[in-house]
Amino acid sequence: MEKVQCKCGHINPAGTLLCESCGRSLTEEGQKEKLVDMRYEGTARRSQTYNKSIIDKTWNFFSSVKIGVSLIVILLVAAALGTILPQEQYVPVAENDEAGLKEYYGEVYGIFGDVYYFLGLHDLYDSYWFIILVGMLAISLIIASIDRVVPLYRSLKNQRVLRHPSFMSKQRIYANGAAADDSLEKAGEKLKQLKYNVSFDKNGLLAEKGRFSRWGPYVNHLGLIIFLGGVMLRMVPGFYVDEMLWLREGETRSIPEAPGFYLENKEFILETYTGEGEEEVFGQAIDRVGNVVKTYRSDVVLYKNTDDSVPGATDNIEVEKEYSILVNEPLKFDGYAVYQMDFRLDELKAMSFALTNKETEESFGELTIDLTNPEEVYDLGNGARVELMGYYPDFSGFVDGEPQTATPIPNNPGFLVELFTPDTPEGEISFVLIQNTIEPFGDNTHKLSFQNVETRDVSGLTVRKDRTLPLLGIGGLIFMIGVCQGMYFNHRRLWIQQQADGTVILAGHTNKNWFGLKKDLDQVTEHASLPAYMDQQEELENQEKKDGDNKS
Amino acid sequence: MSGNDKNTNKRNKKRNRTIMRTAIMALLVAAIGYTIYNSATAGDVSVMKVGDNAPDFTLTDMEGNSHKLSDYEGQGVFLNFWGTWCEPCVREMPAMDRQYEEYKEQGIQILAINIAQSNFEVQSFIDRFNLSFPVTIDSNKSVMEAYSIKPLPTTVLVNPEGKIQRIVTGEMTEQDIAGYLEEISPE
Repeated sequence: MEKVQCKCGHINPAGTLLCESCGRSLTEEGQKEKLVDMRYEGTARRSQTYNKSIIDKTWNFFSSVKIGVSLIVILLVAAALGTILPQEQYVPVAENDEAGLKEYYGEVYGIFGDVYYFLGLHDLYDSYWFIILVGMLAISLIIASIDRVVPLYRSLKNQRVLRHPSFMSKQRIYANGAAADDSLEKAGEKLKQLKYNVSFDKNGLLAEKGRFSRWGPYVNHLGLIIFLGGVMLRMVPGFYVDEMLWLREGETRSIPEAPGFYLENKEFILETYTGEGEEEVFGQAIDRVGNVVKTYRSDVVLYKNTDDSVPGATDNIEVEKEYSILVNEPLKFDGYAVYQMDFRLDELKAMSFALTNKETEESFGELTIDLTNPEEVYDLGNGARVELMGYYPDFSGFVDGEPQTATPIPNNPGFLVELFTPDTPEGEISFVLIQNTIEPFGDNTHKLSFQNVETRDVSGLTVRKDRTLPLLGIGGLIFMIGVCQGMYFNHRRLWIQQQADGTVILAGHTNKNWFGLKKDLDQVTEHASLPAYMDQQEELENQEKKDGDNKS
Repeated sequence: MSGNDKNTNKRNKKRNRTIMRTAIMALLVAAIGYTIYNSATAGDVSVMKVGDNAPDFTLTDMEGNSHKLSDYEGQGVFLNFWGTWCEPCVREMPAMDRQYEEYKEQGIQILAINIAQSNFEVQSFIDRFNLSFPVTIDSNKSVMEAYSIKPLPTTVLVNPEGKIQRIVTGEMTEQDIAGYLEEISPE
């Protein structure tokens, strides 16, 4: 593309709308218009100048505001679609069990569920296409900004004081008329008082204020890009942890994603308001809604590996801290925070039985089986004993005569036992389940009769670490600075020229708040006795209105 | 400025512009690619990869012998994470045991690592299948965590240099097991 030479002699980059030097309109359409389009100062936006290679075409694609807005709309629609069905972490299937998830969505929600799963809407924020779209939005933000801010900066930096009368007469604020000889000087004085930067050149002056507000949108974009960068960092190992840890009372477990740290659950406590004593004030509320929870609390002990130890061994860990985790009072250590999130009450822990004669109900003694650590033999003394042959914590049926367990959690414990008493020293085999006993080799004379259970609670804790927070904060702050810069400050400019015949022409421009500009100008006009200005856009609008009225 | 100079100038500018734009876009695409790569391997950010050093650990087997991974340097180590409730784990155990008999004289160590079950359950399982390789219990799940094990069974193969040679999730056939053992057996 050829460069464009203006009548004033200045050579402008191809695609320029308004001459960089004098401000004349360079396009035919522009010359016909009554007002000039001051967006980006009429500079040649880089993307619009060349459109040859594939690189240029891609660049131009991302530079387009239309594309940027479309991407935002698509992302919004996708995010909305993602709320129609529950996301994968809220369905009762393990997160890494892809086949199970597929089946769940298909079974529960039918064909719609299948499609939903297929499109990755069940795990929206981690689906490839969503990440790609966010990435494209980031590219669009960056390229569109570079594409505009560079020429805008150049053009504002190289501003000339003297502009061509055709540029001035097409500004929204315009005045032309007789004035005193010293009006230029006086106007300059007043403008300086009003905190404008004033520069003189021959017979003209340029007064400018708040140019930095023009950078607002780009500062704003910079903040967004930093924010997106922070979100991206969450996927990089070591920056972000958000894991669930179910910890049973009495258990010590390695803390997920926190190597070398262990957590023991001493006790989970659920307290409700009693409505008595000091709490009498809550009586009415309790009567109305039933139980009201006062505290969810997990009393835990944090352990740390000793310096030279490795995972696995259980004897080389030392107590780091004892703590009671309450809602909103997490256990904090080494950049991690462990929150009280959930709980399950009364999981089976131990079961007690009595070894009895079925007919006489004579008891040979009691035994307690610890479901987390059952023993091989329970000796009841006097020749009576129970031998445990098989233990199935979550009994789910038989396969080829072999009892099966569905999970390692004692939800439905089954015990294959051999019962010995002085009367039956050869032993009787029995398979004991909750409220059911199977005697595979015919009727036994003895049985294990259920006495009672011990239960324990489970704390649902989340382990969190987020090192991207400072970056997100900085991104957000820069974003807000950009917003303030662009919203609360305006870039105001006034051009004044005294012609050879003594008349003065004046033009004004601001990126927003024309009222403020006019207020400034009123003061200057009065002080320097300048000709009265008019708002050409208002006049155009009035004109159009009148035309419209006449037509109807 | 002569016409020739002007053209050269123009060409240089155009070239610089293309280089600049290509560089910026390449950088952005790389950033997105990296994010997607991380999200694909994620759900869990600290994943183990083939070629990483196998994290060291100490576990005690059911006979009271302590097994420290680093003590087996120079040997191939076959780590099998399992639980009695996991059917494919149960199915592959006998095959592992047969292959252990074949390879144990060739500098191969098989370690089965149970995920936090009781001694009784693990011992009756060993008795039922008459397993001859050492079986350990990761009672606080720290080894499981160190190897970021998610589904069971998962088998991690460690070569004689102590690096991870292969990670297998899901059930293995006897042929698979033989092939993997061959891979990690010292020269």
